[in-house]
Amino acid sequence: MDTSFSPEDLAFRDEVRAFLSESYDASLQARLASGDPAVYKQAVIDWQKRLYAKGWIAPNWPVEYGGTGWDATRQFIYDSERAAFGVRDVVPFGLKMVGPVLYTFGTQAQKDRFLPPILASDEWWCQGYSEPGSGSDLASLKTRAVLEGDEYVVTGAKIWTTYAQYADWIFCLVRTSSEGKKQEGISFLLIDMKSPGIKVNPIVSIDNHHSLNEVEFNEVRVPVVNRIGEENKGWTYAKALLAHERTSIAGVADTKRSLGLVREYAAQEINGGKSLLADPLFQSRLSDIEIELMALEFTELRVLASVASGGAPGAESSLLKIKGTELQQAVQSVAMDVAAYYQGVLPNDLNAEQLGHAFGSKARQAFMYGRAATIYGGSNEVQKNIIAKAVLGL
Amino acid sequence: MNFQFSEEQLMLRDSVARFIQDNYSFDVRKAIAKSEEGISRDNWNTFAELGWLSIPFAEEHGGFGGSAVDVMVVMEQLGKGLVLEPYLATVLLFGGLLARGASAELQSGYIPKIIDGSCLGAFAYLERQSRYELADVLTTATAVAGGYRLDGEKVVVLNGANADYVIVSARTSGKQNDEHGISLFLLPTNAPGVERLSYRMMDGQRVANLVLKAVEVPATNLVGEPDRGFALMQGVILEANIALAAEALGIMEQLNAKTLEYTRTRKQFGVAIGSFQALQHRMVETFMDYEQTKSLLYRAVCALSDEKEDATTAVHALRALLGKTGKRVFSEAIQLHGGMGLTDELDIGHFAKRLMMINTTFGNGDYHQAQFNSLRYNNTTGATR
Repeated sequence: MDTSFSPEDLAFRDEVRAFLSESYDASLQARLASGDPAVYKQAVIDWQKRLYAKGWIAPNWPVEYGGTGWDATRQFIYDSERAAFGVRDVVPFGLKMVGPVLYTFGTQAQKDRFLPPILASDEWWCQGYSEPGSGSDLASLKTRAVLEGDEYVVTGAKIWTTYAQYADWIFCLVRTSSEGKKQEGISFLLIDMKSPGIKVNPIVSIDNHHSLNEVEFNEVRVPVVNRIGEENKGWTYAKALLAHERTSIAGVADTKRSLGLVREYAAQEINGGKSLLADPLFQSRLSDIEIELMALEFTELRVLASVASGGAPGAESSLLKIKGTELQQAVQSVAMDVAAYYQGVLPNDLNAEQLGHAFGSKARQAFMYGRAATIYGGSNEVQKNIIAKAVLGL
Repeated sequence: MNFQFSEEQLMLRDSVARFIQDNYSFDVRKAIAKSEEGISRDNWNTFAELGWLSIPFAEEHGGFGGSAVDVMVVMEQLGKGLVLEPYLATVLLFGGLLARGASAELQSGYIPKIIDGSCLGAFAYLERQSRYELADVLTTATAVAGGYRLDGEKVVVLNGANADYVIVSARTSGKQNDEHGISLFLLPTNAPGVERLSYRMMDGQRVANLVLKAVEVPATNLVGEPDRGFALMQGVILEANIALAAEALGIMEQLNAKTLEYTRTRKQFGVAIGSFQALQHRMVETFMDYEQTKSLLYRAVCALSDEKEDATTAVHALRALLGKTGKRVFSEAIQLHGGMGLTDELDIGHFAKRLMMINTTFGNGDYHQAQFNSLRYNNTTGATR
């Protein structure tokens, strides 16, 4: 039992720091902060292309498919440094979700066709899981795919589809059979977003942003070669993907960074003539979170280490999801309290200088959109059901 | 980075687990708790024979030369068995102070006797007014010809009732709460002037108050430098906190496992109560409490040998979290056992009481959180890491 870094690990950390400070430059940061969706999208692509050129775009992939081959320690170092530098993680839908499904279950032709543009960020993906009538009970999904010759004809609707407005492709769970158990009639399809019959309807969320969508499918024709694995076995592939998704949405390194920022804000706020950070009650609210986060960081490392030594992320990923999202929300909640009445300020009316305050609007956006975290990827209550069944054996 | 135990550590773990399995049933434990001394000398001799009492000591004193991880492995298993014998007080506190700061004469005089089981020790650091503040010391040590004269009172001395020798913190200079000016003295518990008032605690521990009236101690029995005992006891208690948390983790594992088993077998409304989602989610919470506490325990023990981590911060975090998770785990265990959870007959309440006492030893959760806050948030602004 030992967590100290070797000289090689320390050299790697220096390399990560040097790369980030050179490549994540001010002009890129400005474009990423842009309110213009087209500018934002191009900035994300530019950043991911720099990571791709460095060979670091897919740390969690096997080396043969373009991964880094990093052990748990290096994955941890990279993620910690990335977050501490204020760099957002890559858009997950291609690189963290469908990518692993493709290299694990896809045909050679599918791997050849889809993996390179995912790595190069030349194609954007979105996720077609939830439906208007199927949320936590995902397996009840009704979007149906009927086989006609060498094509499926897909009709139905997906919802809460993040970045569908940007996406070139969507990976979808569709119903190919209504026989037997509901999990056994589901197939996993890759669908071109330019296909005739697809309509994307924006959903504005309570942070006043548009990242969510409803995607309608009206007799959309999908070649059979775009099915992953066997017909009616899609649930198996979907579950493997969900375990990866849950591990990555714990977001420990990013929450550490957010907590650090909240602490900086609190140090600047004056409360009764003193820094808010000096208030013992406030300190304990911070440390309640920081201590749980210190624990979760090690819980994540323990899971990473076991995955690195051959295990697949299993039900422990549900623990990471629950605790990780609870802590994200806890930080967002403290940030709102630090912002006081400035949490209510809407963007774009006054700038920070006119307002006399810089982060209220950001805190609110994070808090409002952050409510999604305990709902998506399988709600936290569903995660508890999974732990009860898979870990406790109930 | 690795979280694996070595072959030797796994063997050690299995050896303690096997002893508890074979020789420390809950009924046996109850009988020991009720006995005159509240501990079993036979067990203690077995611990010595199995080498457990030698673990943290250097090979030159006949020790095993083990690490904090080895101690953690043992303590976790002792926790699972609710073991009453004074491993913490004798080996880790009394022995720890000797190993870390005593003269070669004191070390070679006492450490071999700890290892062979012939000497039970204690560390008397608490006073009536001190609560959790190690520096709050009123007991005085006045220099006299050839040594010191001790006057004062030490309270709730762990293993105080059975200890042959005790190390006492006393003030050689400075004011009541000064860290500087505290010295540590080794003395026999039957020394002239020592009045020992023994009593029992709710977790079966046999403790004592020691009233010291003009107790003469030779200068050679000073443990460490005069006036500089605080850092010595702080270092020993830092590691003892990790050991104690490991004991607590063993208890939490037992409470969770026993509760899970109970909800599988107990039937109400015609089904096992473990099938109810309301109860399942509570058990998921205590499962996560256990895992999170384990993570901070590993973090703390690794921090001792990892220069990029501050062990003191990690230990305060661990004990602050344990204050919350420990309470939640035993409370849920009692609640989910229903009326049975309230009976003295069942072991659940006994595990709970030990966990409660652990959470008052070397500071409760609030104390450690305040210490954590002061290390992390006072006089530092803006740092994000």
